[in-house]
Amino acid sequence: MVGILILLAVIVIVAFALIGMYNGLVALRNQVKNAWAQIDVQLKRRHDLIPNLVETAKGYVKHERETLENITKARNLAVQAGGAGAAAAGKAEGALGDALSKFFLVVENYPDLKANQNFLALQEELSSTENKVGFARQFYNDAVMKYNTQTESFPSNVVAGMFGFKKAEFFEITVAAEREVPKVQF
Amino acid sequence: MWEAIQANKRKSVVLIGLLAGVLVALGYFAGVAFDPQAGRFGILTAVGLWFILMAVALAGGKRILLATSGAREVTREQAPQLYNIVEEMKIASGLPAMPKVFIIDSDAPNAFAVGLRPENSAVAVTTGLLARLNRDELQGVIAHEIGHIANRDTLFMTLAGMTVGAIIILADVFLRGMWITGGSRRRSSRGGGQAAAIMAIVAVILAVLAPMLGQILYFACSRKREYLADASAAQFTRYPEGLASALEKIAGYHGTNMQVSKAVAPMFTVNPLAAAGSARSLFSTHPPTADRIQVLRAMAGGSLTAYDQAFRKLHGDQAILGARTLAGAQDVEVRPARVQKKVTQAEQLRAAKDILNQAARFATIACACGLRIKLPPGFDEKSVRCPRCGRYHTVPSPDLLAGAAALQTVRIVHTDDAADEQAHLHSGGAGR
Repeated sequence: MVGILILLAVIVIVAFALIGMYNGLVALRNQVKNAWAQIDVQLKRRHDLIPNLVETAKGYVKHERETLENITKARNLAVQAGGAGAAAAGKAEGALGDALSKFFLVVENYPDLKANQNFLALQEELSSTENKVGFARQFYNDAVMKYNTQTESFPSNVVAGMFGFKKAEFFEITVAAEREVPKVQF
Repeated sequence: MWEAIQANKRKSVVLIGLLAGVLVALGYFAGVAFDPQAGRFGILTAVGLWFILMAVALAGGKRILLATSGAREVTREQAPQLYNIVEEMKIASGLPAMPKVFIIDSDAPNAFAVGLRPENSAVAVTTGLLARLNRDELQGVIAHEIGHIANRDTLFMTLAGMTVGAIIILADVFLRGMWITGGSRRRSSRGGGQAAAIMAIVAVILAVLAPMLGQILYFACSRKREYLADASAAQFTRYPEGLASALEKIAGYHGTNMQVSKAVAPMFTVNPLAAAGSARSLFSTHPPTADRIQVLRAMAGGSLTAYDQAFRKLHGDQAILGARTLAGAQDVEVRPARVQKKVTQAEQLRAAKDILNQAARFATIACACGLRIKLPPGFDEKSVRCPRCGRYHTVPSPDLLAGAAALQTVRIVHTDDAADEQAHLHSGGAGR
């Protein structure tokens, strides 16, 4: 009799522990999802700003058609990659960042464009959006790290395996190797 | 990040529980000191006093604070850069909602955060701050304020402050009462005996010591939370130098202080009441600014761990962050400084004042002589003469009238907001 009671107690305790671990994993996974949504919002904003930028710049930089086309191309690829997970998005965003920084280097040669109010506002918005992507990424990667640690470490990895909690991908914006900090000359 | 909040919550609950215990004990002994049967009455008085103070603080805390500091809300359109910085820090901290952004017309460089819940918070900066800091420094200060909101310091300091306040009032009333009635003398003649006399002595000792201990505890917590907010700021921005150099500039200010009440001082970036760089003391809300700068500059990275190591190095291995908080933290590198446009302080101040005027619905007329004439909302003249060159300009009356009307509605919306917040807090309290 006593043996059965002890057995029951152990089963109940184990069940509660499993429920706790499961709920903890769900909470962490939701945190990762929410953090990703934050990045998504900022990436969309960035994608929305670029057609305006190209439109504004078009009239001024007639000899730089290729640069502008590259931006539009990279932007369209980034929009497509948006639904394909963190790794693919990071690559496409990196390429877009490269195209943009090349463009801003070119802009240095066009004082009329640099003085355009509309262009200045767009530039401030773009650079702030880039900051926001960075901060959202920071928060997302922290969330991913916590979640992944939890899915890998014992004993919660048993629960994670049973209910199919998969590891989340980090979001890294991969930039081309040759890209350096743009030199600004005054 | 979440561990920091969790650890903070636990400690806060313990501390407020401790303070509440002291308050109840004080109520009990004070009651018994007057009459052996009045212990329960004493406790009820103490709890009632606490409830009244809490009600006042929760009902109007945010409104009173923002009104007394003369803050004005600004939108994304009016202050794009400031709004962007706040939004960046909101994202970095993972706050659930965008805080409202306010500007205060004061030359003293400072900033503060309010809001008992992270879903409904606000940050305010002074024009003096906007005039002096560059973008990185402003980001550091905003990150510090958002750190206060994310770490729930706003809620905690209100709760702890009100409890200490109740202790002080109760002890004061009791000691005065003893002075007038002579307290225990009356009762011992009735034959209450030695026990009652001991109770009375305990009550007096408690009434003398409790307010002092409560305050020391409160201020110690306030200082610790400043360090924590600094650590959070470094973690959010990955750039401790921004806040360090902002603090240096703020400490270097020797003008008139802001007019604020003592109760709200812990919510500011630096103590608005104290002289710059004041000494370490048991009764100060903020740690010495020089010390905060030193810790930030000693950081080897941009993480909470780096802040803790820097703090230990400068404070004889004393810990500032709990082990549980640090367990989840990973090492991160400090990001490089941004290229800043060279802008003079006067230009920045003018930009800040323009934002404020815009938020206050002033109309601006650019005169041909180069002067910009600013008209307040509700200005009801048909035309206005330029004070420099004498040209006449037609007043954009519809705009000014619309501005005055809009300000009226803003005021009404604010009142609704406060009522809403109060309702939320109420239901939250009942649920727990």
